[in-house]
Amino acid sequence: MNKLTRFVADYVGYVLKGSPKFYAWMGALSVLILAMLYGFYLQNTEGLIVTGMTSQIHEGLYFSNLVFLVGVAAGAVTIVFPAYVYHHEGMHKVSVLGEMLAITAVIMVMMFVFAHMGRPDRLWHMIPPWGIYSLSSMLGWDVLVLTGYLILNAICGFYYLWCKYTGNPINKKWFIPLVFIAIVWALSIHTVTAFLIATMPARPMWHHTVMPIRFIATAFAAGPALIIIVFLIIRNTTKFWIDDSAIKLLTTIVTWCLGIALFLTLSEIVIELYARTEHANGLYYLMFGLHGLTGLVPWFWSAVVLMVTSFILFLIPAVRNNMKLLPIVCAMAFSGIWIEKGMGLIVPGFIPTPIGEVTEYFPTFVEWLMTFGIWAFGFFILTILLKGAIGILLGDIKFGGQAATAK
Amino acid sequence: MTTAKPPSMESNQAPSPCAVEPASANPAECGSCAPTATRRDFLKAGGMLSLSSLMGTAALMTQSDDAHAAAEWGEHFQKNYRLMTDEEKNEARLRLERRYSAEYGKQVSVDITGPQPGVLMGYALNIRKCIGCRRCVHACVEENNQSRGTRPGEKIEWIQVLRMERGKFEKEKMDHGYPEGLGIQVGGNAYTPAGQVLEGQFHYNPPAVPEKDATYMPIACMQCEKPPCVKVCPVRTTYREGDGPVVIDYNWCIGCRMCMGACPYWARRINVAPPTLPKEDMNPVTHYLGNRPRMRGVVEKCHWCLQRSREGRYPACVEVCPVGARKFGNLLDPESEVSLILQRKNVFRLKAELNTFPKFFYFYD
Repeated sequence: MNKLTRFVADYVGYVLKGSPKFYAWMGALSVLILAMLYGFYLQNTEGLIVTGMTSQIHEGLYFSNLVFLVGVAAGAVTIVFPAYVYHHEGMHKVSVLGEMLAITAVIMVMMFVFAHMGRPDRLWHMIPPWGIYSLSSMLGWDVLVLTGYLILNAICGFYYLWCKYTGNPINKKWFIPLVFIAIVWALSIHTVTAFLIATMPARPMWHHTVMPIRFIATAFAAGPALIIIVFLIIRNTTKFWIDDSAIKLLTTIVTWCLGIALFLTLSEIVIELYARTEHANGLYYLMFGLHGLTGLVPWFWSAVVLMVTSFILFLIPAVRNNMKLLPIVCAMAFSGIWIEKGMGLIVPGFIPTPIGEVTEYFPTFVEWLMTFGIWAFGFFILTILLKGAIGILLGDIKFGGQAATAK
Repeated sequence: MTTAKPPSMESNQAPSPCAVEPASANPAECGSCAPTATRRDFLKAGGMLSLSSLMGTAALMTQSDDAHAAAEWGEHFQKNYRLMTDEEKNEARLRLERRYSAEYGKQVSVDITGPQPGVLMGYALNIRKCIGCRRCVHACVEENNQSRGTRPGEKIEWIQVLRMERGKFEKEKMDHGYPEGLGIQVGGNAYTPAGQVLEGQFHYNPPAVPEKDATYMPIACMQCEKPPCVKVCPVRTTYREGDGPVVIDYNWCIGCRMCMGACPYWARRINVAPPTLPKEDMNPVTHYLGNRPRMRGVVEKCHWCLQRSREGRYPACVEVCPVGARKFGNLLDPESEVSLILQRKNVFRLKAELNTFPKFFYFYD
């Protein structure tokens, strides 16, 4: 127990100490977080009317981010999988960082769930024994797998850090099986999220079998793209060195998955627009506009440009091996997928409505504020988790107090 | 038939909506469907409960803020309605009656009458007859305490009357095929949206109805036997009642809107703001699962006027329809209007391919 209190104290102490730059970063994030809290207050006093959502288009920016971030959470498996299944040396050293990213992404997803709900004060209705858990509801399953994933990653990540901190050997008897469960579980969270929207025949835009694999492909492109950026920042700002081999493997994964994602998008476009039934109206609205309403057209084409360009750039060795250019290409892929899988997938599902009404959705200022606030909250948590984890990996935080120097 | 008419119905703009039952509406079978007989058959028991609840309100009504606060507090921690014991249901009812009465400055009754044995509600609508006057839409809003706000999304209507073009095929368009001038035509451009069910438009505003160039298709909750909305609800706040209608416990709804996404008929609405319901317009005769005032952030929909239908009365839309296009009754009673329509008319269900099995039928004669 003494060890545990020391662990917490050392961890908190290490995380809280930092350069003025660190405080400025955390301070800026805090401002956005405060703005987000004000958004929550508005939404829960005046109602969702402060957002752009209506009875016609009742899922918007929040749900888009939710879907996207489930993918980022699942994307962390692109580190853990090579580390534990293929015993990739470079990845193994940093796999705990992937787990920290997964924890952060799941927490952000939960924040977006809170933002999305009409009555967040009643969320306990979902939790037995006080509430009811419905096995027939995909949303119920989504909550279950997400919570499970959060717990699995918290256990795996912090147990690993704990062992590094105390110097105890890792108990592989239960740790390794748990890691493998977490790997499969990562696939489940995004598959269930795809089921969540693909199981509704009322929304033909989503009602097809390609959704789960498309979700996984885009997740395994966007997730590692973000991880590469984070790794390069870590390499440049801390003493912690992340092997080129790890970054290169992640780049390969991003490239392949991005290519598959583009292929699936293209297949969908051909199949839907060739027959051009009423069921293709949503996609048509997204690509070209419908009845003169073209709100999402620039979003869609910018996503296409970003994804195709970044895919081509990834294929060029001179670009993907250049650690200065790589983060830019990764950011392009990341934002392209954020648009395509977020606003570009969720909103056209409601256009037209099942009775043929064509309306548009524009996020309001409050929605943007909330969205930025939740992302800021995510970066806040991620900074803390990564800083603590790196401190332990470096040996800066160690049981017994002897601060070891980093290599 | 036992209870008094809610005041909102008396102020209805439709000329004596229910006094003259549309016997002429169905010339083919008007002899056999005497309206009073149908009503009597529809529901025999159940009317007295709402009277007792009115008396309960009178006894318990308090105007103090403390009572209001206590009511809110109790409401927040109550169970899902369907899992409540009869005692808890009664407590919940009294709590609500207290709060509503204080809030709207009049005696409000909250009925908790359950499904009646031997009744399965069904609805049939004659699309040949509908003239697109939308009296049903307005009567529904007045009866069911929907939000009357003016900001976008704040005004809620459960019934939508879709206006559909009759379309026009012209001689000049005959040869406008595509691709033009490139040999064999793949297709033509002479099509019009005539008879297209779901390219409807419900924001029409003509000086008079019916319009020459349009037909009308009213649409609302279909009260499906296999409702996709119920399946996706994560907290089981929406469910099918024993006598057919799909209802919502507004106090248990978390506002996740999955049901709205799953509904193929766009029957559900979200209260994006605290509902705007002027005191004088509020209909004080309510049902817990029906037209009681809703709150911010919850979903609502048509419930076939449970507060009326469980008392043996017609839903407001049926009563108000000036052409008798709307029919309502007990599907288990072979002599009810709805059953007779199903036996004798050509009926269809909307989006039947989705296997939702609506208990709302369209027919024509």
